[in-house]
Amino acid sequence: MAERKTITLNMGPQHPATHGVLRVELELEGETVVRARPIVGYLHTGIEKTMESKLYYKAIPETDRMDYLAPMSNNLGYCLAVEKLMDIEVPEKVKWARVCLAELTRINSHLVWLGTHALDLGALSPVLYTFRDREMILDIYEACGGQRMMTSYIRIGGLAHDLPLDFDKKVANLLKVFPEKIKEYETLLTENQIFINRTRGVAVISAEDAINWSLSGPMLRGSGVRHDLRKANPYSGYENFDFEIPIGENGDAYDRYKLRIEEMRQSLRIARQALDGMPEGPYRAHVPGVVLPPKEDVLHKMESMIFHFKIITEGFKAPCGSVYQAIESPKGEIGFYIVGDGTNRPRRIRVRPPSFVNIACLPALCEGRMVSDVVCAIGSVDIVLGEVDR
Amino acid sequence: MEFEQEVREFINGRFGEDVIAEDNFRNQLSFIVKPAAVFDICQALQEDDRLDVRFLADIAMVDWLGHAEEKKGRFELVYNLYSLKHKGRFFLKTRLPADKPEIKSLTPLWNGANWLEREAFDMMGIIFTGHPDLTKILTPDDLEGHPLRRDFPLTWEQPQFSWNKDDPPEVIK
Amino acid sequence: MGLEEKIPDSIILTTLDKVVNWAHKRSMWPMTFGLACCAIEMMSASMPNFDLARFGMEVFRPSPRQADLMIVSGRVSRKMAPVVKTLYEQMPNPKWVIAMGACASCGGVFNNYAIVQGVDKIIPVDVYVPGCPPRPEQLINGIMKLFEKVEKSSLKDRHEEWGR
Repeated sequence: MAERKTITLNMGPQHPATHGVLRVELELEGETVVRARPIVGYLHTGIEKTMESKLYYKAIPETDRMDYLAPMSNNLGYCLAVEKLMDIEVPEKVKWARVCLAELTRINSHLVWLGTHALDLGALSPVLYTFRDREMILDIYEACGGQRMMTSYIRIGGLAHDLPLDFDKKVANLLKVFPEKIKEYETLLTENQIFINRTRGVAVISAEDAINWSLSGPMLRGSGVRHDLRKANPYSGYENFDFEIPIGENGDAYDRYKLRIEEMRQSLRIARQALDGMPEGPYRAHVPGVVLPPKEDVLHKMESMIFHFKIITEGFKAPCGSVYQAIESPKGEIGFYIVGDGTNRPRRIRVRPPSFVNIACLPALCEGRMVSDVVCAIGSVDIVLGEVDR
Repeated sequence: MEFEQEVREFINGRFGEDVIAEDNFRNQLSFIVKPAAVFDICQALQEDDRLDVRFLADIAMVDWLGHAEEKKGRFELVYNLYSLKHKGRFFLKTRLPADKPEIKSLTPLWNGANWLEREAFDMMGIIFTGHPDLTKILTPDDLEGHPLRRDFPLTWEQPQFSWNKDDPPEVIK
Repeated sequence: MGLEEKIPDSIILTTLDKVVNWAHKRSMWPMTFGLACCAIEMMSASMPNFDLARFGMEVFRPSPRQADLMIVSGRVSRKMAPVVKTLYEQMPNPKWVIAMGACASCGGVFNNYAIVQGVDKIIPVDVYVPGCPPRPEQLINGIMKLFEKVEKSSLKDRHEEWGR
C-alpha cells in the first residue's frame, strides 16, 4: 500500500472567509483536515502599549478600535474598570443608559456575525438584510456619540454628554420593528436545509472541553454551560433586569446560531426595560478632580473650568493597586486588568480578549473534518481580528 | 464571601509556606505566591471538586521596571482563576526576576493556557518551561525584543523588512 | 495590455483614450480585502443602504488577479505589510489604490511600533479618504475622485508610470 501523503494548504491572511486577516495553516489528507494551526498577529496594533502611554481618559478611543463591532461594550468594560480603580459610583441614569446601549451593541455585533457567517456558508441574502437593519442601530450611535462606529460615548464616571433628545423615540421605534426583522432572518435560515446540513454537527465542542479551553460567551453557552457574567457577577445594574440566558445542547455551530438569535431577542427585552425604567438625573458622577465636570458648567463656573483644565492636561493620579473588571461582551468575557502605580498613567492595561481565547480552540473544532467545515468553524466562533491581535 | 473564605482556607492550609501575602484591594482576593508553587496550587485547585476552580480566565503580565515595586522582582504574572459553580474570582500573583523570568507552564492543566502563555512570552519575554510550542504569536517574526517591556520604545521603525531595509531607522521617541 | 508599448512617441491618442478610460471607469472591480474597522464600513458601502453597485463596481473580487482597485481599509501592521505589498504586485495593470481611513493614510491614532505609518510607505496611493472610519458616503466620494483621475489619464502616461 502506498504511503499516505498530506499536503499543506495556506488559508489567509487575505481570504474572504476568515473575517479579516486570520491565517490558518491546514495539513490535509485528501479533503480531511489532519492538523490546523491558526496564525494570528496580522493586525497587531500595539493597543495595550499605546494605552499605557496615555492618560486614563485618553485611552478610551483605543478601546473602540479593538472590537470594532461592539465599541460600546469595550468602552463600558474599560470605564467600569477605571471606576473600580478610582472607587467612583455613577448615577442611576448612567447605569440604565449604559445597559441599553450595551444591549444594542450586542444586537449590532450579532447582526454582522449573522450576515457574514451565512455569507460564508453560501446564503447571500441574510447579509443584505442584516446590514440594512444594522443602520438603525448606527443611527442611534450617531445621535449619541456623533460617529457611526467609534463612538467613545461611555466615559469614566458617566457619559460623554446627555442622551440625545430623540433617543427614546429612536430606540422605541427600533424595539417595535426588530422582533419582525429577527423573524425574517429566521425564515431565511433556521429551517433552511442547506444551512442545517452545513452547520449541524459541525465544529462541536463539549462542555468540559469548552471550560478547559477557557472559552466564554456563546461558545461556552452553546455547549450547555449556563454562564453569563450579566447574571453571575452583575455589573452596571444588570441585577435589576429580567432576562434569560439561552443555552445550546450539542455545542455545534447550529446551536450557536440559534443561541445568538435568542440572545438578540433577550437583548431587545433588556433594552425595552432599560428604556421604560430610565430614571432622571445627572449624566455624570460628581467627583471633582477625577470625573470631567459637565460641559455646561465648564462654560459658566470658574471652579469647573479649572478642574476641566487640570483633568485634561494632567489627568488624575490612580492609587497603587490592580483591578480586574470583566463584562459580557457579544463575543464573551472581555476583561480589563488595570494596574495603577500612583502616577497619572497606568502601569499596565491588560485586556482579556474573548476572541483571542476562543479562536485558540480552532484546531479542536476542525481537526478530522472536511476543509469546508473550517470556514463554518471560523464563522461560528465569531472573531473580530482587531480584538484577537490588539 | 463564603467562597473566598473557602479558597483562603484551602490555599493557606495546603500551601501555607508558599503564600507570601494576601491582598484584598477593592474587594478582589489575590494571593501573592512563590513562582515555583503556582503549578501545584493550580493543579490542586483544579482537582478539588468542592471549590470547582476549573476556568483559567486570563494570564496578565506586568513589568515593574523603574518603580519601587521592582525590588520584589521585575515581572509580575497574574493568573486569573474563576469558579463557574460558585461564580467567584480570585488571582494568583507571582514575581519573576529580571535576569531569569522562567516559570512552569500550565498547559498540562488547561488547553486555554497555551495561547495566553505564548502571548506572555511574545509580549513580555517570559519563558514557560514545558510549553509545547513557545513561539511568537502577535509580533512579526523578525521583530526583536518584547514590546510590552517598559524599556521597549513605543515608536520606532525597525529597518529590517525587505521594503525598508535601505532606509535609515526612524526613531521618534 | 501591451498595445500601448508599441505606440511611438509622435502619436497622440484622443478618442482611444476616452474609450479606454470610460471602460476602466465603469468596470472597476475592487478586491475583497478587509483589514480592520474600515472594512466594516466598506461592506456597508456595498450593502443596500449605500449601494455601491450604482457606480458599476459591485463585483468585489476575492482574488487580486481579477481586481483593479485595492481599497486598503484599515491599519496595516508591520506583520501585514509584506502581504499587502505582495497582493498589490499580484494585481494586473492597470491598478489603483485607495487608502481608506486615517490609519491607512498616515497611521491614525496608532503612532507606535506595530503599525506602518501610512500605507503609502509600501505601495503608491491614488486617493486618500480621511475619517476614522470614513462614512460609506465618504468612501463613495473617494471612488468618484478616483474616477475623475482615471478620466484625465492617458494610456501613454500610464504606460510610463507602470514602466517605473
